[in-house]
Amino acid sequence: MSGGAPVLEICNLYVRLPPGADREYAAEDVSLQLHAREILCLVGESGSGKSLTARAVLGLLPRPHVHASGGRILFGSEDLLAVPEARLRETRGAAISMIFQEPMTALNPVMSIGHQIDEVLRVHTAMSRRERLARVMQLLEDVQLPEPARILGAYPHQLSGGQRQRAMIAMALILEPKVLIADEPTTALDVTTQAQILRLIRNLQATHHTTVLFITHDFGVVAEIAHRVAVMQNGRVVESASADQVLNRPTHPYTRELIAAVPALAPRESRKIDAAPVVLAIRELRKTYHTGGGLLSGGGRTVHAARGVSLELRRGETLGVVGESGSGKTTVAHCIVRLLDPDAGEVRLGDTDLCRLSRRQMRPFRRRIQMVFQDPFGSLNPRYKIGRLIAEGPIVHGVDPEAAWMRALELLQLVGLDQRAADRFPHEFSGGQRQRVGIARALALDPEILVADEPVSALDVSVQAQVLRLLADIRDRLHLSMIFITHDLRVAAQVCDSIAVMRHGEVVEYGPTARIFASPRHSYTRELLDSVPGRHWEVPAELSVAGG
Amino acid sequence: MAHAVRSVRHTRSAASRLREFWRLYRRNRAAVMGLLILLCVVVMAATADFIYPGDPFNLAGKPFAPPFGEFLFGTDSLGRDVAAGIVHGSRTSLLIGVVATAAAVTLGTLIGGVTGYYGGWLDDVLMRITEIFQTIPFFVFAILLVAVMKPSIQSIVIAIAVVSWPAVARLARGEFLSMRNREYVQACQVMGLGDARIIFLQILPNTLSPIIVTGSLMVATAILIESALAFLGLSDPNVMSWGFLVGSGRTHLRTAWWMCTFPGVAILLTVLAINLVGEGLNDALNPRIRDR
Repeated sequence: MSGGAPVLEICNLYVRLPPGADREYAAEDVSLQLHAREILCLVGESGSGKSLTARAVLGLLPRPHVHASGGRILFGSEDLLAVPEARLRETRGAAISMIFQEPMTALNPVMSIGHQIDEVLRVHTAMSRRERLARVMQLLEDVQLPEPARILGAYPHQLSGGQRQRAMIAMALILEPKVLIADEPTTALDVTTQAQILRLIRNLQATHHTTVLFITHDFGVVAEIAHRVAVMQNGRVVESASADQVLNRPTHPYTRELIAAVPALAPRESRKIDAAPVVLAIRELRKTYHTGGGLLSGGGRTVHAARGVSLELRRGETLGVVGESGSGKTTVAHCIVRLLDPDAGEVRLGDTDLCRLSRRQMRPFRRRIQMVFQDPFGSLNPRYKIGRLIAEGPIVHGVDPEAAWMRALELLQLVGLDQRAADRFPHEFSGGQRQRVGIARALALDPEILVADEPVSALDVSVQAQVLRLLADIRDRLHLSMIFITHDLRVAAQVCDSIAVMRHGEVVEYGPTARIFASPRHSYTRELLDSVPGRHWEVPAELSVAGG
Repeated sequence: MAHAVRSVRHTRSAASRLREFWRLYRRNRAAVMGLLILLCVVVMAATADFIYPGDPFNLAGKPFAPPFGEFLFGTDSLGRDVAAGIVHGSRTSLLIGVVATAAAVTLGTLIGGVTGYYGGWLDDVLMRITEIFQTIPFFVFAILLVAVMKPSIQSIVIAIAVVSWPAVARLARGEFLSMRNREYVQACQVMGLGDARIIFLQILPNTLSPIIVTGSLMVATAILIESALAFLGLSDPNVMSWGFLVGSGRTHLRTAWWMCTFPGVAILLTVLAINLVGEGLNDALNPRIRDR
């Protein structure tokens, strides 16, 4: 894989941030070497400077605020930081190209896919119209898009997320670039699609002899695709070695910490819960959405978000609801907390069917089921201080304001925050801290059941591990039952006692976590398990702390 | 003790937020200029009785006296002091502008907030009604309303409020619609907060900025409508206003230019100032352009 002079070499790169940012340099003394035909994974948490480093190569930094202030980026004999803009433009696309995280925003929504790919050829080559068409068709086949002729005339919104990312890859590879920079290209995709795209990038890299700089935050993806790995922390490369070395024998403490935080795919030991009474029973829950179909436009589209979903939650149990986007898992959660009214079915809490209650009758039951939300930035009202956010619920339910405030302080301590946090606004906290506030708010009403909708998917892996530990700890300490919604099977394996796998609004498989991971019965469950990135790699035993 | 600590911190943060607001506002020079002009008009309105004591309708000297002589802005065809009219008229203009806008913004926010939050059939019905109001040319509608009611300060305020609220309702509806499905609103619903509490205490503070900006610009429009109505003779005959001055002077425009010009300039400056202030508020309150 290595051998010979590097194709691309980044030497002592400094990328300067505008004054007032939380540090002076986004990238500090970064040196990387890309050798021919290898995949180098640049790994780091959000804010580590990995994306800006990659963008510096193509001169795509958000100037004038952020600029490369030192070092060299050698491509062949040229220093890309020193060449004039016109030369850089020739290099972009032709010799070095890039694919982005969100293909919907990276593609122009008003141009057809064929036209956008063709444009690259028109700008960079002197090929005839016919040659160009043949080349575009060839590439669309290479990236395994079904019906290339149809895709050619399609617009980005008419394709699925995976298809759009394939189209982006086709566009990036059309000029046979020497180097492909991929900035989190699979992060926005479902896990099964992600597995396909990773496979595709690996195959194309081999057949087209491309060198790939692959940016990701996910060690599973690293295990899947990388030849070599560079780990970044706060703008510096802290460790750089072969994939095997970094994944299985990491030396730098930060790398070790990151890898230890990756949830193991093996389910944790199950706890005894079979004898516990059922606290929440969901029977034959149905919910259908009708979109479009206004007064004059006639019929719209019908989406079955829940088709006869039945689940049972026992006291002290954590039930995982797992599925890809659009599987209806959030709809089920919203029906349970009555943010949505189901069309049919029961949600039985003790002896009461919550679905039969009016909004007013529902109110006393509200405090018994509480919810933790996904987005730590959107789920806290930015105008209120933390203390008020937590105390609000109990006050509405008739608790004395002074007592509610004291309780809020206690809860802040319980979720591992300083009591002084009560007097500050949400924007002063990081994502993980806000998620802790969200949990404290849910606990303020002393619920019996906690519904957590993707509570850690917006968080960095090390923070994710902390929040998962907190949730498990609180569940055990307060004897809570929990419904845990996630798309991440690694997380589910660590947290859940039993798992319901959902697809297209139906539960396709439902059973104890250990059983589902050991012998999945439904083909879709098997497909999901096979798609988990890095499933053949195990976190080195010396690093893994007991999860859950 | 917890309470004491809390209140101290609260005032400090309110003061610092005000300072931050002023820092952002100050960056727009024109807006500071507008604020100065507006302050002058407000001071003029507040001190009208000291500057020109007595009724501005009283005869002050001989008719058609040119400006910058015995009288600063001259006299009109009956010998009334134009400057006194302008100073006293500023009260009417500001009063009507502020009261009518306040009424329109309150009504519009209420209707827009409720429709945006609940959606469904209520949204359909109320928005169709709003559209009916919007399809009628607003000035003709205002004339009609004042003509049907007796021309008076109240009827003019009502007429301006009635033709102005639909724009606010549309804006507020859009804002509430985008907030309704935010997770923090869902969190409130799950906690069992009442709808009124969610609408007014949780969502409203987050939608206030664009509403304040629109409201500030509406004051200028309200002053213009009032002047136009007065110009057409549809004003309270016992209350001095800028529109009335322009209207009564228009027949002598070629012989005595000052009778229309100075009240007209007063309207121009005030409306311009309010628009500049509105722009400045938009720059300071809108987080999207704040960081430019």
